[in-house]
Amino acid sequence: MTAIMDKLAFYFQYPLVRYALIVSVLIALCSSLLGVTLVLKRFSLIGDGLSRVAFGAAAVAAAFSLNDDFLMVIPLTVICAVLLLRAGQNAKIKGDAAIAMISSGALAGGYLIMKLFPKTSNVSRDVCATLFGSEKILMLTKTETWMCAILSAVVIAIFAIFYHKIFAVTFDEDFSAATGLRAKVYNSMLAVVSGVVVVLAMNMVGALLISALLIFPALSAMRVFKNFKAVTVCSMLISVICATLGILISIVAGTPVGSTIVVVYAAGFFVFGGAGIITRRG
Amino acid sequence: MPQLICRDLALGYEGKTVVSELSFTVNAGDYLCVVGENGTGKSTLMKTILKLKTPLSGEIQINDGLSANEIGYLPQQTVIQKDFPASVREVVRSGCLNRCGLRPFYNKAEKQMAEDNMEKLGIAPLAKSCYRELSGGQQQRALLARALCAARKILLLDEPAAGLDPNAAAEMYALIEKLNGGGITVIMISHDVAACVKYASHILHIGAGSALFFGTKADYLKSEAGCAYAETGEKT
Ligand SMILES: Nc1ncnc2c1ncn2[C@@H]1O[C@H](COP(=O)(O)OP(=O)(O)OP(=O)(O)O)[C@@H](O)[C@H]1O
Ligand SMILES: [Mg+2]
Repeated sequence: MTAIMDKLAFYFQYPLVRYALIVSVLIALCSSLLGVTLVLKRFSLIGDGLSRVAFGAAAVAAAFSLNDDFLMVIPLTVICAVLLLRAGQNAKIKGDAAIAMISSGALAGGYLIMKLFPKTSNVSRDVCATLFGSEKILMLTKTETWMCAILSAVVIAIFAIFYHKIFAVTFDEDFSAATGLRAKVYNSMLAVVSGVVVVLAMNMVGALLISALLIFPALSAMRVFKNFKAVTVCSMLISVICATLGILISIVAGTPVGSTIVVVYAAGFFVFGGAGIITRRG
Repeated sequence: MPQLICRDLALGYEGKTVVSELSFTVNAGDYLCVVGENGTGKSTLMKTILKLKTPLSGEIQINDGLSANEIGYLPQQTVIQKDFPASVREVVRSGCLNRCGLRPFYNKAEKQMAEDNMEKLGIAPLAKSCYRELSGGQQQRALLARALCAARKILLLDEPAAGLDPNAAAEMYALIEKLNGGGITVIMISHDVAACVKYASHILHIGAGSALFFGTKADYLKSEAGCAYAETGEKT
């Protein structure tokens, strides 16, 4: 045990590691908040779709040798998010099909571009790193750290301010729109937030594992709690605890950050699933 | 003073007309009952008034500074995800949202109103229960309480009595009559002809084969459509 503590203390001397932990907790908070709404709106897969769009956008940004690829990736992802979520209601191509289309298209396009304009000699490693997460969260530049922190803070603030409205729009969109709530505006806002959160979360777990960050906390909380407030608060807690644990474990055990975090989230889900069964019986 | 004027409306889905040549006026304080057979377009009309749908043609004029956030609405069917975690209190309170404007949280008065409306509809003991685990009638009461919270000038109800037991239905009608007496306009779709004839000031009949009638209750009872429909209503 002391050996583990020593090892952690050693790593936490480095500011980069401390920043990584703070940024991860913030991102975990955002994605859990967003996840509750997405799960309830039946948009669980949007994280997957958007992350592949972000992957494609990142490939394009790399081909253009942009330094701060955030500036390109975020707007592109947000635009796709708005298109997907707004079209969701009455599009000719239904939600899941549209997501599948966009995500495979962007994935293929991104890979092609990466192959055609290779930045480094080992393209496969680059691709693997973007898809499954690299140690990128431990190597954020100062600008990226600030960007992540500010964007997460904004997302959390949006959820705090519009909490009741987001509940109403998610619960019953027709009633909200009929009684003077601007449901469309809030839906677009959620779409923008989804885009931003997906791009942020990519730093943490990579493109392929993002859904876990969005979906597991909400689903875990819904096993046990049956009102919106409790589910929201609980999934925030789950997410923060699991993300922290995941990062600490990956540092100590030297495992890949992204997959470790996701496995911890999955473990959390089973714990809550069990707790749900027990509370319902008892 | 007309609050709502519909002129020569045609309603339908994807270009297929359901009902056309619909014209009527609703004054502030009126109690309008919309009656007619299944599938003649009553709910469609209500959604169009609420701007959830656009009419195929014709116009809807809303006067008297009536803005959307003074409307209460009870939908006929609410598609709610089976696993939605929401307590009755959260659902009822969401009816107060249109009073909040930019304020992010409910104030004391709004919370109290939600409690009062739950009390009036007899669901106060269920406040903490999970909405989706209630019976159909209990869910209907919760949605009614939500609609009452939202209604400041006008209340639109799509078959409010559906699923309510006779006592609850009678209480609900009395409650709505009281609100109407307090100056709130009521537009109600109902298959309960006896109640319509008892409470309404005006009746809009959307019959099969586009047989339309709009007028006061007295005129309706004298009209052909009214006689036929009211009689079948009495028999059942
Ligand atoms: N979403 C929809 N898309 C296409 N057609 C629809 C849709 N909803 C309703 N309709 C059609 O429009 C017509 C009117 O429907 P509406 O729900 O307004 O009937 P209603 O008068 O409210 O009937 P009820 O008494 O059963 O509630 C019906 O014939 C129905 O088939
Ligand atoms: Mg109907």
